[in-house]
Amino acid sequence: MSRKRRDILLNPLFNNNPIAFQVLGICSALAVTTKMETALVMAVALTVVLSLSNLVVSLLRHYVPTNVRIIFQLAVIASLVIITDQVLKAYLYAISKQLTVFVGLIITNCIVMGRAEAFAMQNGPADSLLDGIGNALGYDAVLLATAFFRELLGSGTLFGVPLLTKVTDGGWYYPNGLMVLSPGAFFFIGLLIWALRTWKPEQVEEE
Amino acid sequence: MLRKLLDSQKEYFEPDGPLHRFHPLYEATDTLLYSTPTVTEHPSHVRDALDLKRMMSIVVFALLPCVLMAMYNTGLQANQAIAAGLEPAGWRASAVTAMGLGFLPGSILSCFVHGATYFLPVFVVTFAAGGTCEVVFAIVRKHEVNEGFFVTGFLFPLILPPTIPLWQVAVGIIFGVVIGKEIFGGTGMNILNPALLARAFLFFAYPAQISGDAVWVAVDGFSGPTLLARAMVDGSQGLLAADMSWWDAFLGFIPGSMGETSTLLCLLGAVILIVTRVGSWRTMAGVAIGSLAVSLLLNAFSGHVKNSYFDVPFYWHFVLGGWAFGTVFMATDPVSSAQTEQGKWIYGLLIGVLAIGIRVTNPAYPEGMMLAILFMNVFAPLIDYGFIQANIKRRAARNVATA
Repeated sequence: MSRKRRDILLNPLFNNNPIAFQVLGICSALAVTTKMETALVMAVALTVVLSLSNLVVSLLRHYVPTNVRIIFQLAVIASLVIITDQVLKAYLYAISKQLTVFVGLIITNCIVMGRAEAFAMQNGPADSLLDGIGNALGYDAVLLATAFFRELLGSGTLFGVPLLTKVTDGGWYYPNGLMVLSPGAFFFIGLLIWALRTWKPEQVEEE
Repeated sequence: MLRKLLDSQKEYFEPDGPLHRFHPLYEATDTLLYSTPTVTEHPSHVRDALDLKRMMSIVVFALLPCVLMAMYNTGLQANQAIAAGLEPAGWRASAVTAMGLGFLPGSILSCFVHGATYFLPVFVVTFAAGGTCEVVFAIVRKHEVNEGFFVTGFLFPLILPPTIPLWQVAVGIIFGVVIGKEIFGGTGMNILNPALLARAFLFFAYPAQISGDAVWVAVDGFSGPTLLARAMVDGSQGLLAADMSWWDAFLGFIPGSMGETSTLLCLLGAVILIVTRVGSWRTMAGVAIGSLAVSLLLNAFSGHVKNSYFDVPFYWHFVLGGWAFGTVFMATDPVSSAQTEQGKWIYGLLIGVLAIGIRVTNPAYPEGMMLAILFMNVFAPLIDYGFIQANIKRRAARNVATA
């Protein structure tokens, strides 16, 4: 793989992370990260939608008049999201109920639309696919890290398996109720961005 | 001799000394014990005896009556529960017994010592955990440790229930200092009151240990509603039926967070803060008027709603819960409150309105002072912005007219 392609794939992980650096897709990151299970399903769903939408938009980019390109991108993304949603409802009904509207709301996730408009409309299908996967992985990494700490500290479990025995079950761990609430995700993502920018000071905005 | 000791250590902390990284620690110890040797020498610089250190010392001085009351009343409440038949237990009870003191509600010394065994550990943990964060940030960011934390460290134990687990005290104050203050750039830059934010963190993270009926009196197995909880269920009937009178609430002989029970001593603190001009009388008056107006308004509707909390009169609201303590010591925090004089009125009024509004109309929280103050902390810069812009506009208009 050429150096350029490797950059397209790996840059969104830390250097240009969609959540931690571009601060996109925050709403779903707050909503689905109380449990590892829902976060993982959401991560997979977004990875599928983002990589395929980038690929399709890139393949058809020469046939679309510029003035209807947004509608065209929306149509592609919406179709993919509906397919994903239907697959989840068919095979993972319980989890799809917990995710409620958030899979459907991938349509409005700024990351998907942003990558289609900013990258796939200008680049070839192979690069676009890699860009989609890379950005999805950046989103997934933050989502899973957040869910890991929120579920562990908030409920003492991971994937529903009890790890820290709660006081109410005769153990020693007092679950932190704030982690289950949405502000918990805000605090955690804020701390994550702080850590990332301490590690890579070039991400700090100029004043 | 102390001076000699400090001077002999000084070279290690100088810019090329081996312990240079820890210079903030040396500096803090030095200036806490002696007045600073570096003073302003050149003209065109405002010089005032009221520096940050003096200001913070006055606040701590104004808090001391509440601190003493915190120890006495915590012991008194516990001893009363023991006299009523509960068994004292744990290392604190052993310590009190070992000193030859019984658990007598009538003995001031017994109450004071028993209460101190609850208050002092919380106090020490607050300073150890919060102070460590403060020093770590001072070292990493290369600034000096300042006195801001001193006040936070006094305020925080006073607004906690006596039974709070000590590890929660540590977690809470670390959150308050780091998230509430240091990430904004340290003392003077914070938008929220760190002590109150620390309490809010514990309130939402571990509600079982900071709300409900079991945590306010420091004896195992005790359970009894606070006056606010009674007011929430039965309104003023509940308050009159309680075995505690309005005077008990005013003087502070009621269960509650350790330092907030006595309205009288908060008033004493208010006098000290207002006379020395450290706390703004406008903010305090604003809170009082706002609360008064809203409780009168709610009283007027009390016949028409099912919520009996509506009929609680204002003079009860003023002596219950954290109202007095929050008004005097929290709302007036010079950093997180509004800075403009008119802004302080608006800021105070809205705290009063919200505090009573949350108390009475929110079915989940019998107390609203903490959330009201934090909420208005966030809006204080906006209020100031409005008044400053209005002033600029007015002056600009005046200049145009004369030109």
